[in-house]
Amino acid sequence: MAVQSRKEIMAADRRAQAEARLAATPMPAASGWSATPRQEALSRLIDLGLPHRRDEYWKFTDPTTLSQPEPVKAATFDPQETLIFGGVDRLHLTFVDGVFDAEASDSLEGEGLEIARLSEAEAADIHWAQSLYGTLEARGQQPVARPLAALNTALASDGILIRATGKVSKPVHITYLHNAEASDAILHHVVKVEAGAELTLLENGPAAARFNKVLEVDVADTGAFHHIRAQGRDHERRAVSHIFARLGKESTFKSFTLTVNGVLTRNEAVIEFTGDDAVAHIAGACLGDGDFHHDDTVFITHDAVNCESRQVFKKVLRNGAKGVFQGKILVKEGAQKTDGYQISQSLLLDDDSQFLAKPELEIYADDVACSHGSTTGAIDEDALFYFLSRGIPRKEAQSLLVLAFVAEAIEEIENKDLAGELTERLAAWLQRHSG
Amino acid sequence: MLEIKNLHVKLEEEDKQILKGVDLTVETGKVHAIMGPNGSGKSTLSYVLSGREGYEVTEGSAVMEGADLLELETEERAAEGLFLAFQYPVEIPGVSNMTFLRTAVNAQRKARGQEEMSATDFLKEVRAKAKSLKIDAEMLKRPVNMGFSGGEKKRNEILQMAMLEPKMCILDETDSGLDVDAMKLVADGVNALRSEGRSFLVITHYQRLLDHIKPDVVHIMADGRIVKTGGPELALEVEHNGYADILAEMA
Ligand SMILES: Nc1ncnc2c1ncn2[C@@H]1O[C@H](COP(=O)(O)OP(=O)(O)OP(=O)(O)O)[C@@H](O)[C@H]1O
Ligand SMILES: [Mg+2]
Repeated sequence: MAVQSRKEIMAADRRAQAEARLAATPMPAASGWSATPRQEALSRLIDLGLPHRRDEYWKFTDPTTLSQPEPVKAATFDPQETLIFGGVDRLHLTFVDGVFDAEASDSLEGEGLEIARLSEAEAADIHWAQSLYGTLEARGQQPVARPLAALNTALASDGILIRATGKVSKPVHITYLHNAEASDAILHHVVKVEAGAELTLLENGPAAARFNKVLEVDVADTGAFHHIRAQGRDHERRAVSHIFARLGKESTFKSFTLTVNGVLTRNEAVIEFTGDDAVAHIAGACLGDGDFHHDDTVFITHDAVNCESRQVFKKVLRNGAKGVFQGKILVKEGAQKTDGYQISQSLLLDDDSQFLAKPELEIYADDVACSHGSTTGAIDEDALFYFLSRGIPRKEAQSLLVLAFVAEAIEEIENKDLAGELTERLAAWLQRHSG
Repeated sequence: MLEIKNLHVKLEEEDKQILKGVDLTVETGKVHAIMGPNGSGKSTLSYVLSGREGYEVTEGSAVMEGADLLELETEERAAEGLFLAFQYPVEIPGVSNMTFLRTAVNAQRKARGQEEMSATDFLKEVRAKAKSLKIDAEMLKRPVNMGFSGGEKKRNEILQMAMLEPKMCILDETDSGLDVDAMKLVADGVNALRSEGRSFLVITHYQRLLDHIKPDVVHIMADGRIVKTGGPELALEVEHNGYADILAEMA
């Protein structure tokens, strides 16, 4: 018998995991246009296998509970607060444990957009989403494999397909509720922003005990996509999400994520510039207390001229919480005048918490301006004393300093009302988690 | 107003005694000045009075209008009416001057059982006080002390003092780094606050500030003690002869 190398053993392990997972979660029967992309994704998945804790790309985050056949149970949690973005005039859709709740959703229609559920639309033979579903995900498998996204494309039980054909005034808002202890949700959304069109997507909620979500976004020339998400307050939930975006000429893509609580969150974003003069900003703030692990993994590919990318990530960690950032800017040959900026910072409120960062630049063009930085620090004692000496109580002073720390990320949100609402949630969280 | 007795302070981290028995009484409504060579312990005294961490009081007491300062938290001392204008005001990115001031004013009112100040009243008052210190509205919106010149930072300290209306004001070298006109502005700001119920402890190296803010009493601090106390003429003596004579006299 031939001796297997470690690599071969790991590959076999990964595949065995994928097969075990597939045995537990069968692929939905699809007979329409989605059958082919699902089947292709299934092949990708079997080929790649599921992430292994010894994989380089998962060095800082253990994927075991995201890969394994059954989800780890997660107690549900009543946040006892009003729904975020509830005051916004929007098209509101609700999923409970990954299952669409029509009663709790607005009807699927709106000015300037075509909107449908994946599970309903995929019975048809042809659909506009056909050219996108799984396509951006498949592109995003190079140069780094993202098997959990392939799994999603193959197995997604539902999702929302949104095509913006004009300036959509009302945001689309998707709320994910978590009601069952062992729910395992897989949703796949596709967004197509046509030339000159504009769309805002809001998302919030914990979704399920385990949530695997893919969002594919194609922004055509001069289109604009805004995305704001608040990942819910359930403490025990686990989530992996992928955003795959392709940006056309002079288009805009802006995404912001606020994460509070959660045993495990891995948010990946894979953004590719294919048209000149486009802008992509991706930002996030996370607050973790105790059993909390948050991972932002970003890969931005500049394959066009004069594009601007900006990554701003802030993490506030206490009581042993852990934060991870892996961010890469790849500037391909010919992508001149690229302006790439990346900053990841953590504020550790005690010695038990930890931040691990892996910033990377890979540049094959000579006329570019790229910068990246990563810092880890504690609350500035001098600043704190200054506040106290003016009579501001310690808790309040700390809150203000933490809010000041995350402000740079929040400022990335263009809509100041929404930014204000997120800041309020942040402040409330700090109130609950201080002292 | 403020009674400091035999105050001994050492550094928490190392075995270094900095204050070696400070005795000082500031009467209500009076202005006292402290002068003294670099490193004599003036700033340390101001920090210990306001409760900064890193210092250990090994002996002595500090009482402000009956309140044992050393028993109180920093923010409680402030609410009791103690104010320190910092020798080096701190820059705070991300928090606007306005937010900082309003939070401080309302926190102190709350601690004293008073109602919060309404947003409009607050705004009116800040604007008026800022104007008299030639601090423009734009600066109020900027993060605390960020990008402020040395002189602007010092004026900002006085603005905070004016807004908080403390009983006992300690000014640690508020005059250093100020040009002649700014010095006059700061002095005017201080003089406007002088009242029967308010006392000042002005730490300075120069007679010039004391020309504008006429002190009632001048102390000389050296090597962690008050070594000489006198009237305003003592400051003039220091200005002309330095500390050598006074220190020689003590030895
Ligand atoms: N945290 C500290 N760590 C080490 N040394 C300190 C600390 N605080 C004060 N000292 C020392 O204590 C002494 C007194 O310092 P302090 O700042 O009080 O002097 P000062 O009288 O205000 O001087 P200046 O006129 O230069 O402002 C100095 O020798 C200083 O180096
Ligand atoms: Mg000093």
